[in-house]
Amino acid sequence: MEESNQNVQVVIPEKKSFSKEWASDQKAFKGVPWGKAMMWIFLVSDTFIFSIFLISYMTVRFSTKNEWPNPSEVFGLHVGHYNVPLLLIAIMTFILITSSGTMALAVKYGYEKNRKMCGYLMLATAVFGASFVGMQAFEWTKLITEGVRPWENPFGAPQFGSIFFMITGFHGTHVTIGVIFLFIMTRKVFRGDFDTGRRGFFTSQKSNYEAIEIMGLYWHFVDLVWVFIFAFFYLW
Amino acid sequence: MAEGTQQHPLKIYFFVWTLLFVLSAFSYWVDWYGFESYARWTLILIFMMLKAGFICAIFMHMWWERLPIIAAVLFPCSAILVFVFIMWHESYWTLIIRRIYFAIAGS
Repeated sequence: MEESNQNVQVVIPEKKSFSKEWASDQKAFKGVPWGKAMMWIFLVSDTFIFSIFLISYMTVRFSTKNEWPNPSEVFGLHVGHYNVPLLLIAIMTFILITSSGTMALAVKYGYEKNRKMCGYLMLATAVFGASFVGMQAFEWTKLITEGVRPWENPFGAPQFGSIFFMITGFHGTHVTIGVIFLFIMTRKVFRGDFDTGRRGFFTSQKSNYEAIEIMGLYWHFVDLVWVFIFAFFYLW
Repeated sequence: MAEGTQQHPLKIYFFVWTLLFVLSAFSYWVDWYGFESYARWTLILIFMMLKAGFICAIFMHMWWERLPIIAAVLFPCSAILVFVFIMWHESYWTLIIRRIYFAIAGS
């Protein structure tokens, strides 16, 4: 391809005033790729879903008469003779941040049309994401064998179980879907779809490296949600 | 921001990446060290907001977006804070009702 030179610059549309852009004729946010705008709108709606879960967690935790289980102990692991608090959760947090970093670099190399680097970084992101899901499965197994159920648990307030399975389950579903799409996109990158502009299977639209940025937005959002879950559910 | 063009040097990604690691380590340290009540909650919230801010601004490229788009994303989210405020009061009300009920009915 002739256009696969190194320093491709992304053009930003001209600046317009705030009111002009929002009151724009026919369509808003002219010049923004529609896929990206749609992903942002989806992410805003997803933010609402996750915040409703976290708000219901707050409501339930503040209104229960029973003692709330101490997450630091519940999620602690025995390493040798030591009891390390929240060890698995900390590792999961670091893995998700690592995957977020590789994703950000993949987007950068995607815009530079560096096919190989973009592909390897996408693959790394997918593998880190898959290991995160694996650890979450381990965590669920551990808690279920300890007798944690959505309606009861041996540590304290029965609401703990339902909130735990709901929030981490919903987040884990997001990660799993993300991993599946990351693998699909990795294949597309390595096959050169974004360089040749091969038409998509479902959409028949020409492929473009913008898809990598849209994928990146989703993946960073999953990391973003984990930041809030980590703070409010595991640390609070 | 360069007028009309968008170029992100590798350096800024590595900087934010490292920063996210450090901030995560700090929030883990809050639990490890055993801070309690207000000190704990404040520290957790500070590290959380910093991490969320950096992910949103740099990794999700929000920093380089146009203001109308940033507003379209962030403005609806402010409604969440209103909902948090409402449910916060609601939950204390529920707790009071429960306490009164259990005091009268026993258990």
